[in-house]
Amino acid sequence: MKKKKKFSVKSKHLIIIMTIIYVGLIALAASSKFSFEPLQRGTGYVISPFQNGINTVGTWLRSQTTGFRNAKKLEQQNTELEEKISALKEENNALLQDQDELDRLRKLYKLDKSFSEYEKVAAQVISKDPGNWYNTFTINRGSNDGIQVDNNVIAPDGLVGIVTEVGSDWATVRSIIDDSSNVSAMAATTSDTCIVTGNLLLMDQGKLNFIQMTDQEDKVQAGERIVTSMISDKFLKGILIGYVSEIEDDTNKLTKTGTLIPAVDFAHLHEVLVIKELKQKGSD
Amino acid sequence: MRKKIVLGLLIIVTFILQSTVFQALSIASISPNLLLILTVSFGFMGGKKVGLFVGFFSGLMIDLFYGNLFGFNALVYMYVGFLNGFLYKIYYDEDIKVPILLVTVSDFVYGTTIYVLQFMLRGRLNYLGYLKHIIIPEIVYTLVITLVLYRVFFRINQYLFEYEAKGQLSPWLRR
Repeated sequence: MKKKKKFSVKSKHLIIIMTIIYVGLIALAASSKFSFEPLQRGTGYVISPFQNGINTVGTWLRSQTTGFRNAKKLEQQNTELEEKISALKEENNALLQDQDELDRLRKLYKLDKSFSEYEKVAAQVISKDPGNWYNTFTINRGSNDGIQVDNNVIAPDGLVGIVTEVGSDWATVRSIIDDSSNVSAMAATTSDTCIVTGNLLLMDQGKLNFIQMTDQEDKVQAGERIVTSMISDKFLKGILIGYVSEIEDDTNKLTKTGTLIPAVDFAHLHEVLVIKELKQKGSD
Repeated sequence: MRKKIVLGLLIIVTFILQSTVFQALSIASISPNLLLILTVSFGFMGGKKVGLFVGFFSGLMIDLFYGNLFGFNALVYMYVGFLNGFLYKIYYDEDIKVPILLVTVSDFVYGTTIYVLQFMLRGRLNYLGYLKHIIIPEIVYTLVITLVLYRVFFRINQYLFEYEAKGQLSPWLRR
């Protein structure tokens, strides 16, 4: 038997080498001198069709688990909803009347178009961040449908997040409840600005933090609508984020912090809309 | 070669399952960490080098798709696989008790590492809160899945090992 000479590296040496290479790469990525985007796009191109397919299994499983909810609860919900519908119908009638007036006034004031008039693309959520620490997800539309990085993502109820990466037919979205997300926002009635930050610990209670609210006249109260602000450089103006649930003074007595309840139900998010318009910036 | 292909496929399948089906089955927005089970199992059953590479590529998949900081997960998973490889051949891998313990410790270490490097450094100091709401629920859910998944991985590993052993014994490979 011929003895084969084989080149082999000891595992302890291997881990040292790999560590050095990888710490170097992390440093490169962090300093953003080197982009891994082509690599990310490549794998996304291969993997996302699988995720798209398997996700139908996931949706089926989800519908099965929700089917276990007892019928009593559903019945109760049904009566509640019917009551709600009649109330809403009434409200709708009143709103329709107001709408005519609003249209007229808008024309008069030549108001900027509201976000409902922007061109949008509907997309489905196909997979979520595998860990429990972040709240990012992938959708099944990409640059082929005109989606770009920093596009705003909304659901019919309100703001969902922002596009962080784009492939040809997939895109990654960071939601506003993600711990690293910061959105410049304002109170809808008083236009007092604040910053809405995600918080992993508040997420269980379905809440978001807001900080640095400049409300010197104490007008902002629980129930106030919080929308994206006009000074945000990435989010279009006036998209609903949520409603204030608690508010209190900071120790410096100048600003306020508190929590708000997001308008979107992030736990059951299947379809989202991507606004294909980027926020206009001043010349660089 | 065959072993590498099977392991590669296993990583991809696990990643896809974890990011789709198991996210849909999450309980209180916590989902199990299948890639960690994969890394721990193969580190324990295959040794340091196998654990290192399985961990590395598992982490890389997460980084490529969802990484905030490219390469971070790859590094953490690589160390998890490597450290679990130290117990290779010290304990019998048929017994499920040892991998259960390993997964618990590894998931705890993984969670704490992420907390320290990506949350504490941003001024989120409430460690006990994160422990209670994220780390411990994740460990419990992951453990339940380990009971099933480890047996599957064990079978796959056994099959791979047998194939390799047969290949070395087969007459046409002897010279």
